[in-house]
Amino acid sequence: MSRKIVIEPVTRVEGHGKVTIRLNDEGEVEQTRLHIVEFRGFERFVQGRPYWEAPVLVQRLCGICPVSHHLAAAKAMDVIVGAGTGDGLTPAAEKMRRLMHYGQIFQSHSLHFFHLASPDLLFGYDSPPETRNVIGIIAANRELATQAVLMRKYGQEIIAATAGKKIHGTGAVPGGINKNLSIGERDALLKGPHPMNADAMVAFAQGALDFFKDYYAKHKVFIDTFSSFPSNHLSLVRPDGALDFYDGVLRAVDADGRTILHDVECQEYLAHIREEVRSWTYMKFPYLRHLGPEKGWYRVGPLARLNTAEFIPSPLAQAEFEGFRKVTGGKPNNMCLHTHWARLIETLHAAEMIRTLLNDADLQGNDLIVTGKRETEGIGIIEAPRGTLFHHYRVSPEDQIVMANLIVSTTNNNEPMNRAVNHVAKALMTKAREITEGMMNAVEVAIRAYDPCLSCATHAYGSMALKVSLLDAADNVIAQRIR
Amino acid sequence: MPQTMSSRSVSDRSPPEADLARPRILVYGYGNPGRQDDGAGVAFVEELTAWARSGGRPWLTFDSNYQLNAEDALAAAAHDIVVFADASGDQDEDFLFRDLHPSAAVSFSTHAMSPESVIALSRELYGARPAAYLLTLRGYEWEPNAAMTAEARKNVSAAVKFITPFLDCPVGDVPVTR
Repeated sequence: MSRKIVIEPVTRVEGHGKVTIRLNDEGEVEQTRLHIVEFRGFERFVQGRPYWEAPVLVQRLCGICPVSHHLAAAKAMDVIVGAGTGDGLTPAAEKMRRLMHYGQIFQSHSLHFFHLASPDLLFGYDSPPETRNVIGIIAANRELATQAVLMRKYGQEIIAATAGKKIHGTGAVPGGINKNLSIGERDALLKGPHPMNADAMVAFAQGALDFFKDYYAKHKVFIDTFSSFPSNHLSLVRPDGALDFYDGVLRAVDADGRTILHDVECQEYLAHIREEVRSWTYMKFPYLRHLGPEKGWYRVGPLARLNTAEFIPSPLAQAEFEGFRKVTGGKPNNMCLHTHWARLIETLHAAEMIRTLLNDADLQGNDLIVTGKRETEGIGIIEAPRGTLFHHYRVSPEDQIVMANLIVSTTNNNEPMNRAVNHVAKALMTKAREITEGMMNAVEVAIRAYDPCLSCATHAYGSMALKVSLLDAADNVIAQRIR
Repeated sequence: MPQTMSSRSVSDRSPPEADLARPRILVYGYGNPGRQDDGAGVAFVEELTAWARSGGRPWLTFDSNYQLNAEDALAAAAHDIVVFADASGDQDEDFLFRDLHPSAAVSFSTHAMSPESVIALSRELYGARPAAYLLTLRGYEWEPNAAMTAEARKNVSAAVKFITPFLDCPVGDVPVTR
């Protein structure tokens, strides 16, 4: 008789997820699925609202990455008001937005590595959950835990200074920004009392990288092999090939480094990216249109970004990037847990860019907003901490949003996360007679590498399939309906 | 950054010595105001901020965010008393007020932290032992893109009325549960 293993909930992942692993009569893994059980029909809710409200409204999506949604919506509305895709903004506006975004990347990556990933590394994924957490980190490495809190706080203060406030920030508006950075705000962030300043944050980010590299030297086989599988990689890159979180063109490479999406303008994404619907989950599966769903799926996020970019435009992160690329001989890196390494290189890059921007007098500029010829359709794409985030809107002549489509980072990583679960299950659960805590945790570790935020990853209320199952007392499905 | 009443008082005069001797209190509301009653904790703090501003109470600090996180342990450590305020869909009472104990065996289960784990982090990392309380406000609707329900607003106002004597005189009998 076949057995079905259910792991629910996936701990330390925002929102709710459910993993099912089906074993056949021989005990082999027959099928694995990562299910999304929470959904939010946000795209419907913005319809009918004035377009200028979008950058604030979309922050209702998620309390984890509101800045990413805020900026992606603002970039789309830049197009609507005729301010182009970013190039058209004033220097003060574009640099304020970039500073906000680097603050978001810095705090989000710091939180993920120190509080979500490092417990797995420090204690091992087979250790008891009650010690594999941030409190356990304090006992094992007090300095690491202290720095983590300060890095997170510093990133939050960058966001508050640029977005105006922590909840429902209003900094980015269609065509620009509504405030510049005062000298006082700049000095507090640049030269605040130790360690709340830009130099200390760069040093903390370097320390985090040293911590990871030291761990890697001692656990190379585990880090290299855990849930590793080939995939395509997609991200924005600057037109000259540099890593860029805020703006650029869409590029994808395959597992061997061949370019499979050639620097496509953001406004043309729909000609190249499609989303597949599968009946068993609310979350779609994006893929490159010309390759189809089977060969065109891709990863996004830190690992993908370091695979598509040719260089990093800040010196310390560039040096680390060169070491990172050396491991794979310059070829794309397909090793799942190297995502943590990539995330820390990006953290260092964000810290360097924050320091550079804070020294830029353009942030005190007073020319904040531009407008041009009104358009009816706008697309904003940004590299959120978890990966590429698409916002696409159509606006009526009466200024109302009539269509919205969002592809969030976690949705872009849907197929790779499912494959990661499958990979781990096959490695650890084939012929297994019992499911140990360590096996279950391994599945979670594989998912966590993608830092998913499932709470805003699904679209619903109408257009998506709704699955209703009627189960008997023994958990056998006796009726099922999908619509 | 937390809004401290001392930096927002209506007068520029230095606070009286008696005020400086009072316990420092942080009131922290969390939730998403974009999800109807989920923002009850944040609305609670907004209403209290308006009340405190009128009286110039330098011992009070107010803050709010979508969720609690690691850096909030720093703010908690800088206060003698912390009152967390959150919405709840899991209670019949209009609001509940109870004391909190640090939970060292926390499972850091999401990108957000529980108030117990924030207090535990504050204790473990900074050796701070603030008295901590949790006020939960009953909510009814949780959809995005709509205002709080009238019932939840009423609960917020009732909770503000309940908590203000405690914030003004946080010694002696502490009202633990309504």
